[in-house]
Amino acid sequence: MPTSHDTWTWQCDQVIPSDAVVGRQLLDDVLRHLESLHWGRHDIFGVHLAVDEALVNAIFHGNAHDETKRVRFACRVSPQRIHVEITDEGPGFDPDSLPDPTTPCRRGCPGGRGVLLMRAFMSRVEFCDHGSRVVLEKERDT
Amino acid sequence: MTAYRRLDVNEVGDVTVVRFRDHKIIEDVNIQELGQEMFRLVETDGRRSLLLDFSSVDFLSSAALGKLITLDKKMKAHGGVLKLSNIRAEIYEVFAITKLNRLFDIRKDEADALAAF
Repeated sequence: MPTSHDTWTWQCDQVIPSDAVVGRQLLDDVLRHLESLHWGRHDIFGVHLAVDEALVNAIFHGNAHDETKRVRFACRVSPQRIHVEITDEGPGFDPDSLPDPTTPCRRGCPGGRGVLLMRAFMSRVEFCDHGSRVVLEKERDT
Repeated sequence: MTAYRRLDVNEVGDVTVVRFRDHKIIEDVNIQELGQEMFRLVETDGRRSLLLDFSSVDFLSSAALGKLITLDKKMKAHGGVLKLSNIRAEIYEVFAITKLNRLFDIRKDEADALAAF
């Protein structure tokens, strides 16, 4: 959870269409701010991957790529932490019902790895509002 | 001569060595095109020994992993061999987390991979 010691140096809170190109432009802004704060390469890679997976999930799964539906992207960055919330307008889902993509029988499936990667690279991943909002946080490692 | 937009394709002996033109394999349209080009190598061009050299790749999304998995299936279905090489540490971590390092034959560098065919 954010603490009183966090000094958010950059924030954004935007509602965007279900368009991955637009979402990634926002993500590029986020990554530039992490770079300006000299976050390490591994941390930036992890944030890039996790947030991109969350955006893709919101756009393609949550909103079913419906151009009339929107995604809310809210982000706060400090020298030590990043906090991202991505909300779609879909029906939600149960992340605990997702099959494990690392089992031998599922390893050959082309999809289903986004949530696993989010959890691997972020310090905290929480699904709220029946799964239609995801909170991603990362404490800086490097 | 087949033209590829997303790939640089070369031959080293009997092995087709493929390098990616995109440093970040993330955009959906590019990934679709990349997949089609890789599949063409197997299904149309009849390549049976394929090495994917990731030395120019800084980032790839899970959608790109999906195309690699499908490529691997196609190679196996055609009796071919697929190897990967020159994967940077962060991307190898993605393969390890997803346990795809157990699916793919991943080698340190091109020389190591070529010697293994």
